[in-house]
Amino acid sequence: MKRATLAALGLATSLALPAAADDIKVGLLLPFSGVYAALGNDIEAGFTLALDQFGSETDATFDIVREDTEVKPPVALAKAKKLILQDKVDVMAGIVSSGVLGAVRDMVHGAGVPLIVANAGNDEATGSACSPFITRMSFSNGQVNRPMGRWMHDQGIRKVYTLAPDYAAGRQMIDGFVSTFTAAGGEIVGQEFTPFQKTQDFGPYLAQAKASGAEAVFVFYAGGEAISFVKQYDSFGLKAELPLYGSGFLTSPLYVNAEGPAAEGVITALHYVPTIDSPENAAFVEAFTERTGRVPSEYAVQGYDSGRALIEATRAGANDRASLSDALRQVSFEGPRGALSIDPATNNIVQPIYVYETVAGAEGLTQKVLARLPAEADPVNGCDMAPVSN
Amino acid sequence: MSTDPSFWTLQALNALQLSMLLFLLSIGLTVIFGLMHFVNLAHGALYALGAYVAASLAAVGGYWTGFLLAPVAVAGVGVLLYSGLIRRMRKSGPMAQVLVTFGLIFALLDLTRIFWGDIALALEVPPLLSGRVALLGVEYPTYRLFIIALGLAIFAALALVLGRTQIGAMIRAGVDNDAMAACLGIDVERMFFTVFCVGCALAGLAGVVAAPLLSVTPDMGLQILIPTLIVIVIGGLGSLQGAIAGSVIFGFVQTFGAVLAPQLASVLIYALLAAVLVFRPAGLFPAKG
Repeated sequence: MKRATLAALGLATSLALPAAADDIKVGLLLPFSGVYAALGNDIEAGFTLALDQFGSETDATFDIVREDTEVKPPVALAKAKKLILQDKVDVMAGIVSSGVLGAVRDMVHGAGVPLIVANAGNDEATGSACSPFITRMSFSNGQVNRPMGRWMHDQGIRKVYTLAPDYAAGRQMIDGFVSTFTAAGGEIVGQEFTPFQKTQDFGPYLAQAKASGAEAVFVFYAGGEAISFVKQYDSFGLKAELPLYGSGFLTSPLYVNAEGPAAEGVITALHYVPTIDSPENAAFVEAFTERTGRVPSEYAVQGYDSGRALIEATRAGANDRASLSDALRQVSFEGPRGALSIDPATNNIVQPIYVYETVAGAEGLTQKVLARLPAEADPVNGCDMAPVSN
Repeated sequence: MSTDPSFWTLQALNALQLSMLLFLLSIGLTVIFGLMHFVNLAHGALYALGAYVAASLAAVGGYWTGFLLAPVAVAGVGVLLYSGLIRRMRKSGPMAQVLVTFGLIFALLDLTRIFWGDIALALEVPPLLSGRVALLGVEYPTYRLFIIALGLAIFAALALVLGRTQIGAMIRAGVDNDAMAACLGIDVERMFFTVFCVGCALAGLAGVVAAPLLSVTPDMGLQILIPTLIVIVIGGLGSLQGAIAGSVIFGFVQTFGAVLAPQLASVLIYALLAAVLVFRPAGLFPAKG
C-alpha cells in the first residue's frame, strides 16, 4: 500500500518500476499550460487525492504518466500516441477540451485503450461518436442544462433571452436548456451567440437583452468570459430587473471570487457545488481543502470521481486494457455529487443536477443549493456500440 | 430591432467606451512604431502586466494605489526591456524584432502565470465610480463613463504635447526623419527611450482601467493584441489621429456589428481591415504623407 501512495504522488513516474501483476499504468492527459491550466490542475489534484484515499481498497498499484495537452488538439494527439505506443499505458484519464477529445477519439478507439473523460462535455462523445473504450465521468453539455429548462418554467418564468459563446459547447448548452424550456411551454424571445474568446465587451448584447422584453436571461460562459460577463451584467444594473440564470460554470467556485459581489443572486445549475449536504461531500471538501488550500470546484470532483472509478474498476479485478474498459462501463458508487452510475447505452455518467444561488458567505461567496433535480440518462443521440462483454 | 432611441444611445456609449480602451493601448504602440520603426508585439503583455500589478496593489492599498502605481511599474519593466533587449535590436531589421517581441509575449505570459497563478484575479470598481448615472436618457455605468473621459483626456493631453510643445515638435521630427533630426542636434536615442517608456506606461494604464471591466487572466494580453494591431493598421502607423480614428472605427464597427449583423460580428472588422489595406495601404492617417 505504501507503493500505491507513492505512485499516486507522482514519484513513480521517474522510478520505472518493473511491471508487477497488477501494476496499472495510467496516462493523465490534461492541459497544464494554456487557457485551461487552472482546470487541469484541479482535475489532477482531485484524481491523485482519490487514488490516495481509496488506494487501500484495491490490490492494484498505480503508476501515473502526466502529459500536457496545451489545449491544442494536434499536441494532444501526439501525446496520446506517446502514452499508448511508447509508455504502453493500461488506461488514460483527463481531457478538458472537447476539441482535444475529438482529436484523440479515433486513436483511443482504434487502440482499444480505456479513456476516462474527466471534463470535455460535447454531446457527441457519448452520442454519435461514442466508443466502448471511452467512459465519461464528468457531464455532457445537454445534461447539465436540460433540467434547468423545466425548473425555470416551474418558477413561473415564461420569456427568456439566451446568450452563449459561439462554439460547439456554447450551442449545446443552450440547446439543452431551450429544448426543455420550450417543451414545458416557455418562449425564447431572443438568442445570440457571441464570438468565442473575441468578445471583450458584452455591453451591446446586454442592451439587446434588456430591449427584448424577456423576464430572465439564461447564459453559458466559462473562465475569463464568465467573469467579464457577470461583472458587466451587474454594472449595467440589469440583475434587479432581469434576473440572471445560467449553466453553473458561469459562477464556478474556481473563479467566482474574481466576479465578486456582481455574482450574488445569480442562479445556475450544475452537477456539483462544494456546499452539497452529504457526508461523502463533507469528507471530500475537507480532504481537498487540506491538500490544496482551496475549495474544490466541479473540475476537482470530476478528477476525484475519475480516480475513484478507476479504483472501483480494479477492485472488480480488471487489470488490462480490455478488462478495464469493460469494468469502467459498470462502475457505480456514492460520491460527493450523490449516486453516480454509467449509462451502459452511451457510457455517459448519470448524476443529479443541483440548482444553486451564489450568495455572500462568511469567507467570500458561497453556493446555496436551491434544488436537487433527479438524475436522468442522456438520450442515446445515435450512439451504437457493443454491449458490455462479460 | 429596437426603435427606442435610448437603445442606440446606450450602444453608442458602449462603442465609445471600447474605442477609448483600445486608444489607450494603440497610441503607445503606434508612436513607438512611428518613431523607432520598431514593432513591439509584447505591448499586449505589458497591458496584462498592468492589470496584474494593479490587482495586487489594489488588494493592499485600494484601486487608486493600483491606478497610480501600476503604470509606473510597467514603465519600469519597459526600462528593463529597452536597455536589456530592444536597444540591441534597433538595427536588426523588422523580422528579428517581430520574432523577439513575439517570444517576449510568451515569456511574460508564463512569468505572470508563475507569479500570480492560473486562476483569474479580481479588481473591484472603486466606490467613487461604482453605480450608474443618468445621461442622455439612459442609465450608464459610471465606470464606463470614466474610461471614456480618461481616454479623451489622454488624447487631449497627447494632442497638446505633440502639436504645441517643443518636445512634440522634436518627436514629430524624429518620426519624419530620424537621421535629419539627429543632425539638428536632437538627442534621438534619449527621445526614443522616453517615448518607449511613456508608451509602456500607457499600456499599463489600459490594463488597470480594463481590469475591473474584464477579467484579469494570463492570456488577456494575447486577446487584446489583435484588436490593437487592427486599430493601428486601419488608422495608419505612427500618428495620434490615426490611433484615435482607428480606435473609434473599431469600437463602432464591433459594437454596431454585434447589434445589426450578429452573424457577421467577428468578420466585419477583418473585412474592413482588408479593404483599408487594399485602398489605403498606409492606413487612414499615416504619420508620413
